[in-house]
Amino acid sequence: MKNRKVKLMQGNEACVEGALAAGMKFYAGYPITPSTEIAEICAQKLPQIGGKFIQMEDEIAGMAATIGGSLAGLKSMTATSGPGFSLKQENIGYAALAEIPCVIIDVQRAGPSTGLPTAPSQGDIMQAKWGTHGDHPVIALSPTSVRETFDLTIKAFNLAEKYRTPVFLMLDEIVGHMREKIEIPAEDEIEVIDRLKPEVGDTNYMAYRPVEGGLVPPMAAFGEGFSFHVTGLMHDEFGFPTNDAEVSDNLLRRIMKKIDVNVNDIIMYEEEQVEDADLIVLAYGGTARSARSAVKKARELGLKVGLFKALTIWPSPEKRVKELISNTKKILVPELNLGQYVLEVERIVAGQAEVSHLGKVNGEAITPEEILTKIREVL
Amino acid sequence: MKSQQEIRLSGSGGQGLILGGIILAEAAIIDGKNAVQSQSYGPEARGGASKAEVIISSDVIDYPKVEKADVLLALTQVAYDKYIKTLKDDGILIIDSIVKHNNTTHKILQIPILSTAAEKVGKSMVANIVAIGSIQQLTNIVTKEALEKAVLNRVPKGTEELNKQALMEGYHLVEEHTSLKVIV
Repeated sequence: MKNRKVKLMQGNEACVEGALAAGMKFYAGYPITPSTEIAEICAQKLPQIGGKFIQMEDEIAGMAATIGGSLAGLKSMTATSGPGFSLKQENIGYAALAEIPCVIIDVQRAGPSTGLPTAPSQGDIMQAKWGTHGDHPVIALSPTSVRETFDLTIKAFNLAEKYRTPVFLMLDEIVGHMREKIEIPAEDEIEVIDRLKPEVGDTNYMAYRPVEGGLVPPMAAFGEGFSFHVTGLMHDEFGFPTNDAEVSDNLLRRIMKKIDVNVNDIIMYEEEQVEDADLIVLAYGGTARSARSAVKKARELGLKVGLFKALTIWPSPEKRVKELISNTKKILVPELNLGQYVLEVERIVAGQAEVSHLGKVNGEAITPEEILTKIREVL
Repeated sequence: MKSQQEIRLSGSGGQGLILGGIILAEAAIIDGKNAVQSQSYGPEARGGASKAEVIISSDVIDYPKVEKADVLLALTQVAYDKYIKTLKDDGILIIDSIVKHNNTTHKILQIPILSTAAEKVGKSMVANIVAIGSIQQLTNIVTKEALEKAVLNRVPKGTEELNKQALMEGYHLVEEHTSLKVIV
């Protein structure tokens, strides 16, 4: 029997536990409901393991310090909710272009603006993809349970480190605030990936030159003896700003490609009873729990309904959804917004299946009965 | 016993109902079951009526929110008036003696939880523990062994005996007021 702990834990707490298991040593942020517990627990736990917690003066500085922590060599994280996610976008773009690994937790609450601070939402899904300007790589994960929050926070750090890029964990108030039973895996069961570093004494090191045959450059920590320049301007392999058309084009295409060619490593999903399904409910985050319950009820009624649970929402599970619609001609997307991820599903499906949407924005979770009613309506 | 039981604890802010919910959920986990605990945040959670919810199941728990409860605890009039409509028709209602009602729908157990905590145990702040003791005695939703362990895991050091006594008083209240065990 492995040394696993079983306990009741809150989603936000599991996020911190996952981050610590992944090796987080630095947290900077500006506490905001419903993510506040993440900051509180980091403030408590990081000093005990030689890490650092800083409460910054605002959301923007929280993101900036997270980037700084990572540049100095520490696995860094910040947490926020919609209003703060908006404010962080400029620096998120900086981290994407400057290839700075970090993890941003967004415990989504109802918006726009300050909205309904304590109510769940999935309204930041498109903002995760397009919130910062310019084309940029995006990895966004969305857990549906406390255990998945633990696992996907670790995964978020691993992907950030592996691909030198910011990674979003798109929690929602449902999963962030609920407490449930969790079995925490033993330390030796957890895979932890660290960023690639330059060889000691490598005099040819360039912070933005990928390893041979690869797309991700090794990353020296500031203060380790390697010099490199960091900028939000387009830059050459040393990191110095450039206006050169070819260098700029190559850089942007490379940072997009490092995600695009690795989608199989990044995309995670789960399926239930999709084989013979006339309709698949495609859901993510807290809403996937309601969807699972609705699918079970539908099956009890003899309806051929399956569940597709997207754990990685960006990049989207394009290849798999295209496979699924060769058999299943109807897809229902329930989400706590007025139609966001459904747009991506429609894009993927491209008219080859009928896509329906169930949106809710009154600050309450979508119930299994609401999904079941919609299933019966569209089947 | 049904495979899933949904419990709503209601009262006023400061009565420790969220802690009560957490303890019930932890007791269920000690019993080897699944449990989910959630609560309302925001203005609703401060003053007025406050609630905590627990789902206990021998199976996987999908939807984490309680809609219609199998068991409703109401420690105040405001909470009773607000949440009585969220109790299933065949649900069990546990209300404090201070609550006025003309409810003929539900199985009702009306017991002096607040005064027992304040006068018999001598600390009004242990009303939540008295209440979960009563819920256990009435419904057997968790075992006594697990509940006692869960209580002792959560309460501040130095208050163990006080809380054990509160739990016992909770059991006694039900023994005194009903000879029946309710199966939920």
